[in-house]
Amino acid sequence: MEKYRFLLSGSGGQGIITMAILLAEAAAIYEGLTAVQSQVYGPEARGGATRSDVIVSDSAILFPKVTQPGVLVALNQSSFMKYGNLVRPGGLLLTDSRMVHPGGGLDARHVALPLYETVMAEFGRAQALNICTLGALIGLTGVISPSSAEKVLEQRFPRAAESNARALRLGLELAAGRAA
Amino acid sequence: MNGKECFVQGNEACVRGALYAGLKFFAGYPITPSTEMAELLSELLPRHGGHFVQMEDELASMCAVIGASVTGCKSMTATSGPGFSLMQEALGYAVMAEIPCVVASVQRGGPSTGLATRVAQGDVNQARWGTHGEHSIIALTASGIQDVFSITVEAFNMAETYRTPVILLFDEVVGHMREKLLLPVEGEVPVVSRLRTAVKQGVNYHPYLPREDGRLPMSDFGGVHRYNVTGLYHDIWGFPTEKPEEVEKLLYHLVEKIETRADEIARWREYFLDDAKLVFISYGSAARSVLHLVTTLRGKGIRAGLLELQTLWPFPANLVRSRTEQARHVYVVEMNMGQVCAQVRQAVPRPDDVFLINRVDGQLITPTDIGNVMRVVEGRGF
Repeated sequence: MEKYRFLLSGSGGQGIITMAILLAEAAAIYEGLTAVQSQVYGPEARGGATRSDVIVSDSAILFPKVTQPGVLVALNQSSFMKYGNLVRPGGLLLTDSRMVHPGGGLDARHVALPLYETVMAEFGRAQALNICTLGALIGLTGVISPSSAEKVLEQRFPRAAESNARALRLGLELAAGRAA
Repeated sequence: MNGKECFVQGNEACVRGALYAGLKFFAGYPITPSTEMAELLSELLPRHGGHFVQMEDELASMCAVIGASVTGCKSMTATSGPGFSLMQEALGYAVMAEIPCVVASVQRGGPSTGLATRVAQGDVNQARWGTHGEHSIIALTASGIQDVFSITVEAFNMAETYRTPVILLFDEVVGHMREKLLLPVEGEVPVVSRLRTAVKQGVNYHPYLPREDGRLPMSDFGGVHRYNVTGLYHDIWGFPTEKPEEVEKLLYHLVEKIETRADEIARWREYFLDDAKLVFISYGSAARSVLHLVTTLRGKGIRAGLLELQTLWPFPANLVRSRTEQARHVYVVEMNMGQVCAQVRQAVPRPDDVFLINRVDGQLITPTDIGNVMRVVEGRGF
């Protein structure tokens, strides 16, 4: 398989790092792939532009950071401003259609989805935004199977298994038909 | 390995390794980027029949670790550069009194509070010479999550085997990065237990009287024997002495018990070294970037190889000499101003052929960084 290089970014508190850990753990434990997750430790506990890198491959991953992401996720404007220009030419940019308003000149396939609005309509609060985004990410890239993500969610958050599974499905549905 | 698979940070792998090795006591003062070790152990150690204490500072932490170890508990602390500085005085006490313990220091940018959340490898010499006076010490490191686990078990084993503090010198990238860890089942990896004295209750126990094989069996302090422990030069009873012949004998013992066993203590990984003309030497997270580059260079038919050091102290000079014999050039890659590079230059017959490739801006050195310097030295241009 090709090496997947993800840069996941958003506002501190949106669950970006959790999303990254879930994606990498699902790949490493439930898909038998190699995965490395790392994150930038900065002052972005709330707000700002927080960032986590995930690399997924079927061979060894040595350099653990992502310098040129094949897939960039930006869930707020400031993370898009900070990391938008890093995306690999011909890569994929996934944004929330309400939170991010990119200008032109991007040499990447841009998929804007109403992630925030969908989660708010379904749950009445934004807590599951990261899980919904994970579902969309899986739907768009096919990097892991949805069942691996479900398994890792059940194992990590047993008490929220039902609502997480629902949020994941919402993301998958939003991405349906948009995969490259 | 048939144990459980998990997906964890380097800091957690270290904690898992420590528990596997039989850790029973942790005292510490949490500091980035090692905080997760204290956080996890506060939860896990009591469940493993051990004790966790969050202390008032690093000086007290190190002293508590030493005290717990003398009573018979495998003990450790975790810190980073600024806290490691504060532990140095008590660390010297552990060296002098020959008390087994493990200090995990996850390096960040220094000096002082420096770069609290960014990677560096500037504490290699601090691990060796941070405490005063002539002495010797063991320092180990690793570049991947599975190796962090294994080397942590080794650290506890070496601490008991040689009766010495052992430093686990990780770095921010390795501490915070997550990878898969295969937890070995109990008994799969050897664990060295405390060598206790066979001297019975009621019979005089000499804490510093070596057995025939040179080892010093311990008696749990506060148990059946009364004896003295001191940071002063001491005799076989553990009482202070200034007799020149006893002082000299003890110092030689403290240094030689480790330095003469450098080959035995050396741990490393090697890649493509058999016919390598360009030999890279690195350790910790920097070694991952080097291996990335070396693998790429091999794909282009360039004979490059990597010697990844896991034992930093005592410096494995014989290993370095033997693995670089056929090298045209030796590149030492580290995130400091050349601390291991200086050791390599001392170890090899042609120090002018040793080049430092470094990065000291708080960012992980990249394969591109390394390749760019190498191409200039090799005369290949950009």
